[in-house]
Amino acid sequence: MDHLEALEAQSVYILREAYREFKQLVMLWSIGKDSTVLLWLARKAFFGHVPIPLLHIDTSYKVPAMIEYRDKLALEWHLNMIYGQNVEALKNKQTFPDGNVTRLQCCASLKSEALKHTLNGDWTRWGLNHNTGTYVPRTDNEPYTGVIVGVRADEEGSRSKERYFSPRDEHNDWDVGDQPPELWNQFKTDFAPGTHLRIHPLLDWTELNIWEYIERENIPIIDLYFDKGTGKRYRSLGCYPCTLPVDSTATNVSEIIEELVSGKFANIAERSGREQDKEDGHGLETLRRDGYM
Amino acid sequence: MATIQKEIKAAEKSTREQMNVVVIGHVDHGKSTVVGRLLADTGSLPEGKLEEVKANCKRNAKPFEYAFLLDALKDEQAQGITIDSARCFFKSVKREYIIIDAPGHIEFLKNMISGAARAEAAMLVIDAKEGVQENSRRHGYLLSMLGIRQVAVCVNKMDLVDYDKEIFDAIVTEFTEFLSRIHLEPKCFVPASARQGDNIVSSSPLTSWYDGPSVLEVFDGFSKEASSVDKPFRFPVQDIYKFTSADDDRRIIAGRVETGSIKVGDEVKFLPSEKRSKIASVEGFNLAQQNEAYCGQSTGFTLEKQIYIQPGELMCKVSDKQPKLSNQLKVNIFWLGRHPMITSKRYKMKLAGTHVPVWLRKVNTVLDASDLSTDNNRQQMERHDVAECILETLKPVAFDLNQEITNTGRFVIIDNYEIAGGGIILDSVAEKTDRITEHVQQREKNWQRSALTPGIRAGRYGQRSAMVVITGSSDKGIVQLAKSLEGHLFNCGRFVYFLGLSNSTIGIDSDILDSGQRDEQLRRLGEISHMFTDAGVILIVTISDLDDYELEMLQSLNKPNESVVVNVGENRFNKNEPDLQVDSIEDRDAAVQEIKKLLQSKNYLIEYFV
Repeated sequence: MDHLEALEAQSVYILREAYREFKQLVMLWSIGKDSTVLLWLARKAFFGHVPIPLLHIDTSYKVPAMIEYRDKLALEWHLNMIYGQNVEALKNKQTFPDGNVTRLQCCASLKSEALKHTLNGDWTRWGLNHNTGTYVPRTDNEPYTGVIVGVRADEEGSRSKERYFSPRDEHNDWDVGDQPPELWNQFKTDFAPGTHLRIHPLLDWTELNIWEYIERENIPIIDLYFDKGTGKRYRSLGCYPCTLPVDSTATNVSEIIEELVSGKFANIAERSGREQDKEDGHGLETLRRDGYM
Repeated sequence: MATIQKEIKAAEKSTREQMNVVVIGHVDHGKSTVVGRLLADTGSLPEGKLEEVKANCKRNAKPFEYAFLLDALKDEQAQGITIDSARCFFKSVKREYIIIDAPGHIEFLKNMISGAARAEAAMLVIDAKEGVQENSRRHGYLLSMLGIRQVAVCVNKMDLVDYDKEIFDAIVTEFTEFLSRIHLEPKCFVPASARQGDNIVSSSPLTSWYDGPSVLEVFDGFSKEASSVDKPFRFPVQDIYKFTSADDDRRIIAGRVETGSIKVGDEVKFLPSEKRSKIASVEGFNLAQQNEAYCGQSTGFTLEKQIYIQPGELMCKVSDKQPKLSNQLKVNIFWLGRHPMITSKRYKMKLAGTHVPVWLRKVNTVLDASDLSTDNNRQQMERHDVAECILETLKPVAFDLNQEITNTGRFVIIDNYEIAGGGIILDSVAEKTDRITEHVQQREKNWQRSALTPGIRAGRYGQRSAMVVITGSSDKGIVQLAKSLEGHLFNCGRFVYFLGLSNSTIGIDSDILDSGQRDEQLRRLGEISHMFTDAGVILIVTISDLDDYELEMLQSLNKPNESVVVNVGENRFNKNEPDLQVDSIEDRDAAVQEIKKLLQSKNYLIEYFV
C-alpha cells in the first residue's frame, strides 16, 4: 500500500464514519482542489454515489467560472447541491473593497456568518433542481449536526491542531484548548443537543498529495489552477478581491506537481496569495474560532 | 541545509514512505523546540516563516523561540506552552514524516494521547538539568499501552549542564531502568541542545564523548511496522449500503480490512451473530475489477447469500483463527474523564466497528503511571488513573487479545458524549453470571409475591399469562398485526393488552433523551412486561428488529413468567428459534388465527372455560 492509498483509505473511513453517525450531514464544497478531492473521495466511499448534500457558500465574489464548473459537475454527478449566501451584507455593500470594512470583516460576514446561518437553517438554502438546472429555495431548515470540511493540517498553524472530528458549540465556537481525545480511529461521534461537529477527512494530506491524487485518479479540476497563456494561475482559490494569482506557467497537473516538488513553489506557503491571513498575526485562527473553515 | 533539500528532491519523484512520529515528555523539557529546530535546520519551513516568526517576536518584545514555529495558537504563545498536539510535515532524505508535537502538561494529557495514538514511533524528550520527571515516566508508560514499541530518548538542554557526560549517563541509567520495568527498550539516548542546535541534524563538537546518531538520524533509524497481511482476516463492518434510489441494487458491506486478506469465494462468518456467507465480489469506484482485498484498504463486498447483519459486526474468514466472543473482558484502561469511572453507571464502548453499552464491574488494580505504584483497594477510577479492571458489555462482543491483533483488541469508553478513556484487552473472562441474571435473581428474592398465585388468576381469567413478542422489520406492519390480535382475543373474552415499544418510548422512557439507549428502553419494557404478566394478562409487545441478545434480556426480565415469540418476515435470529414464523401478513386475519392457534396449542388460551 503506498502513501496515497493509505491517505485515501483513511479519508474514506472517516467519511463512512460520518455518514453512519450523523443524520443531518452536509459537505462543504468550495470548488477548490481540496474539497473537490473530498467530493471524489465521497464517490470512493459510497461506490460512485454521493449520499450527502453539498453546500457552497457563495460570496458572489467568486470567479464566475467557479459557479459554471460547480453546476456542471453537480448535474453530471447527480449531486444534492445547495448554496447559501449573506444576502443582507451584499445588499448593504458591507464588503471589501467597495464597502467600509476590512478584509477580515468581509470574510467574517460573507463566509463565517453565511455559513453559520445556512448550517443552522435560519437563512435560506437554495437547492439545485436537476430537471431545470436552476436553484430554488429549499424547505428544509433542520440544523446540520455534522459538517464535512476539506481543511488540511499543513495549511496553517491553527489547522495543524485540529481533530478529524472536531466539536463546535451552539455558538459555532471552537474551543481549541479543550479538544476531545481521538485515538485508534475512534472519533467523537456523540454530541450534546445544540452542538455540532466539523469532520476533517483531509487533515493528513499535503498540498502535494492533493495534486498527486488528482493526477492518479484523473479528477476533473477547475482550470483556474492552470496557466492559459498569461503566465499567471491561481494556487489557491478564494474571492477575487483577496486572492492573487501567482506567476507560473504550469498548464496541467503534472507541471503543477513538478513546481511543488522541485520548482518555484517547493518552499513557499500555499496561502501566501491570501491577503486576509496577514491582517493580524493570527488572522486565520481568529476566523476559525468563529466558524471559518 | 541546502544539500539535504537537494537530496530530498532527488528522492522525491518516486512515491515515498511516510511515518508518524510523536515527540513527548514532561512540560518545559523542550519538545516543541526540538521539533522547531529540526524543521528549521532541515530547511523544511516555508520560505519566510522563520523570519516572520522572528519579526513577530520582535514586535511583541519577546525573545525568539524555535517552539513558536509550532505553538501556533495565540494562547500557546502567550503562555509559552503547547496546549494541543500539532501535526508538522517534514521530510528527510529517507522518507516523509508527520511529526506530532504533543503537550507535556498533565492538564493536556488527553491531547498527548490523541497525538501519540497516531504515531508509529516516539521520541521522548528529557531536560538534562531537571532530569527524569513525573510526566517523562507517565508518557513512557502510556506509550506501551498505546502500542508504540519504538522509543528513543533525547536528553535536551545539554548546554545548561555544560555538556556534562556524567549527567547524561545518570539520566540514561535511571530512565533505562524505568523503561525496562514496563518492558520498553529505548533505541538510544541522544544528548542534545535544541536551542543551540547540537546533535539535532548533525553531530556536535561539544559532545565529542558521544558517537551515536543525531536526532534526525534517530528518526530515519525508526522502522515501519511489518504489514499485518499475514494475520487472520478481520473486517469490522462499518456500514451496509444499498443505494436503490440511484438505481443501484448492490448490497455492499463496507469497512476497512484491519488485518489479513480475503478473496472472492472465501467463506466468511459474522460475529456476534455467527451468520455465514461467501464473498461474491470486491467493490470499488474508479478501479479495475479486483478479486482480493488486503489489510489497510477501505473497501466493500457483496455476499453470495443475502443475510441480515448489522453495522458493527466483525467479519472473519471461516478458515482463519476466530476472534473471541464474550460479554466480560479483562482490560487495562487509562481514564481521562472529568468524572471518575464508577461501577453503577452505563457507559458506551466503541470497539472496532461496534458500539455497545458497557459497565465497570470490578477494579482489580489501579496503577500510578508516574511511579508505577499500585493500589488494589479502589472501587473506581479517577482522572489520569491507569487500571486493570473487568468490564461487562450488554451483548457479547467479538474481539482479539491486544497482544495478538492490536486493532481489534482495543477500545474507547464514552461517558456522556465524550471519549473519556481508552483501553486494551488482556483477556476474556469466563462468564459466571451477567448483570441482568443477577438482577432478576435479586428481584425474585425480594419481590413481595401476591397470595393470588398464577394458578388462581388463570382460573379466574381462563388463560395463562404470557408476553407475546411480535418482531420483524419496522415496515412490516407488526403493530397493525398486534392490534388486530388484541382486538380478536378481546372479543373472544380474553384479558389482553397491546404495548408497542414505541408507546413505552414516548411514555415511561420520555426521560431518555439519547435515542441510542435502546437497551434501557428494552430493559424497562421487560420490567413492565413482568408486572403485566404477573397480573395474569396476555401482553402483546411489538419491537422491530429484535436480535438474539435483546430477546434473551426481555425473556429474562419477564421471568418467572412465560413468553412467546412471533417473527414476521426475514428471520433475524441466529441462536433463537421463534415459536412461530409468519412469512407474510398481507392476510392479517390469517396471521391472527395462526398466532391464536399457537397460543391454544401452548395452553395459554384455556378452551374448556369458554
